[in-house]
Amino acid sequence: MRKTTALRAAAAASAALLLATACNSQRGQDDKEAAADGACRGQQTTGITDKTIKLGGIYPLSGPASAYGAISDGVSTYFKHVNEKGGIDGRTVEFVVRDDGYQPPKAVEEARRLVEQEKVFAVFQTLGTPSTAAVWDYLNKRKVPQPFVATGASIWGTDDEHPWTTGWQPNYVAEARIYAKYLQEEKPKAKVAVLYQNDDFGKDLLGGFKEAVAGSGIKVVAEESYEVTDPSVSAQLTSLARSKADVLLDITTPKFGSQALAADAKNTKWNPLHIVNAVSASTTVLKPVGFKNVQGVVSATYFKDPADPQWADDAEMKTYKEALNKYAPDSDPANQLNAYGWAVASSLHKALDAMECPTREGLRDAVRNLKDVKVDMLLPGVTLSTGSDDAFPLETMQLMKFKGERWQLFGEPVDTRKEFGPPTK
Amino acid sequence: MSAVTEVLQQVVEGVGSGAVYASLALALVLIHRFTGIVNFAQGELAMISTYVAWQLVASGMPFWLALPVTLAVSFAGGMLIERLVIRPVQAAPELTTVIVTVGLFIFVNAMAGLIWSFTVKDFPQQFPDGGIDLAGVRVDWSTLGIIAVVAVVMGLLYLLFQHTSIGLMMRAVACNPASARLSGIRVGRVLMLGWGLAATVGAVSGVLVAPVLFLEPNMMGGVLIYAFAAATLGGFDSPVGAVVGGLLVGVAETLAGAYVDVIGADLKVGVPLVIILAVLLVRPQGLFGRAAVERA
Repeated sequence: MRKTTALRAAAAASAALLLATACNSQRGQDDKEAAADGACRGQQTTGITDKTIKLGGIYPLSGPASAYGAISDGVSTYFKHVNEKGGIDGRTVEFVVRDDGYQPPKAVEEARRLVEQEKVFAVFQTLGTPSTAAVWDYLNKRKVPQPFVATGASIWGTDDEHPWTTGWQPNYVAEARIYAKYLQEEKPKAKVAVLYQNDDFGKDLLGGFKEAVAGSGIKVVAEESYEVTDPSVSAQLTSLARSKADVLLDITTPKFGSQALAADAKNTKWNPLHIVNAVSASTTVLKPVGFKNVQGVVSATYFKDPADPQWADDAEMKTYKEALNKYAPDSDPANQLNAYGWAVASSLHKALDAMECPTREGLRDAVRNLKDVKVDMLLPGVTLSTGSDDAFPLETMQLMKFKGERWQLFGEPVDTRKEFGPPTK
Repeated sequence: MSAVTEVLQQVVEGVGSGAVYASLALALVLIHRFTGIVNFAQGELAMISTYVAWQLVASGMPFWLALPVTLAVSFAGGMLIERLVIRPVQAAPELTTVIVTVGLFIFVNAMAGLIWSFTVKDFPQQFPDGGIDLAGVRVDWSTLGIIAVVAVVMGLLYLLFQHTSIGLMMRAVACNPASARLSGIRVGRVLMLGWGLAATVGAVSGVLVAPVLFLEPNMMGGVLIYAFAAATLGGFDSPVGAVVGGLLVGVAETLAGAYVDVIGADLKVGVPLVIILAVLLVRPQGLFGRAAVERA
């Protein structure tokens, strides 16, 4: 008897669900997406009017990667600042932020919500390679722009099946190349030991590095990987030390970055030139190790570090700090992630300004047709450039060395595309 | 560096990570001795205790004052968790308790992230930097320090188990709660005491390893797997076994990663799982454990 009741309840529940889905798809059909007329006839105008533009971002505001959530503070501060100055081409920006906790399935759920319920003009941004890869099929199928994703995987630029998705920051291959070029000039016979995270991120950067040094006097003499579940990388460092390499390329995420820097400092018998990748180059990684232990470590960057006193009188930096203090008083202006958010949002501002049609298609095309666009938060000499054969907006970086309590830039900005050609798949 | 010293250096590395695993394995063994359950949240409790110590030090308290305060807080916290979270499901099947501890794991991890964020914190190093050079093999002071503290804790636990009336009571409770209650032992209090002591030992473990692993909410997650392997290998009811097991697991894992090409660093994490499986198949009670005897 009890069994039949349960069965009946289940049947009723599934019937109700079916009905709900049916109603939903019905509504989807009735509710035609908005379209433009004139020269831009037939293009999608969802989420954009003469007065407003609606953008949606998906960031890890909770969970293990929640530190990156600070980027969304930088982005929303930028838009609030611009709105006060009259908006983007007269349009007020509405910026909706959703939390995926760095979990791809949640990112998919939030992307659907942003597109189908919030009806955003574009999904700006998704953060992290896994979350971005999880939503890009959906967004491209729906023809929703996904500009300037916050991840450095090279796939966003080498892929040609997803025209609505573009990267922004220099990809990991470009980053690997600037280290390769530096070594070719400074240590042309370098023996390199590599510590890398055993996933797409680590392999992307390591692969780019090996490709860039192929045929030169630089040799990768030892490689050790770690899993993100490993408690520590100190055993890997001991193995790498046996190679007696004179360069250590450290491709890690923050906690493991701290561990590797500490283990290298502790081993006084092995003193390689330590190159730490940009992902782990923030001062929040270096400070726990102790500044005295990380002197002379090398990395690369492309935007102005708000903690660097050389930008103290920089006009854009001043505007950024004032705006952040005003609109996000709990955020630390010296945090590089806030500045990153500001830089990427002002890059989007330039792309929106460049749209020929105020439509989703217009943004898609504008993002892929940027010609040496200057963004004030980026380093001097670093500009946004894309074209029909170039889907990587930023490929120029500058080296930096840790001195005292902060990074110091050195050398000239290096255009890695000019030096090495376009990244290959 | 000759091949022999290289191997020795790897062994020393292994002993270093093994001591880390052993320290958490001691807490696992302790709570298993007291209450008969396996506590999946043990690592997370150790992590949150470490955060308490970090917070105290960060707010200006000297480390050697912060340590006893942390241990006291952990002891009280462990007892409280037993009373509020575990006691209500005590009568339920063992699996229920295990699932409750898994839930506790997730809850504590998320809470630490909420309070202290997921960025890495620097924890003050209690041992001096550097180390000594033994015939070409470098041994860090921190490795020696961790081993010394773990040995002391192991000794204290051994004394507690074997030579005190409390130890006798808890052995009685773990062995047969019903008979223990009939002979006048306050079973509930003994269980609370077990949780409190295990949390304290866990806190020692967290404070010991934090300067090496760097403090963040997932600090102990990876360690827990190895600690389980250590406790299984040494025997879930033997403190000596936990320490020996921890050292063996650490050395085996490091040597396998460095010298067995098929394993390399990629498959290193598989080593503790293989150990767990092999021990359960060949000698389920572990090296130093006593086989459970059921009355027919």
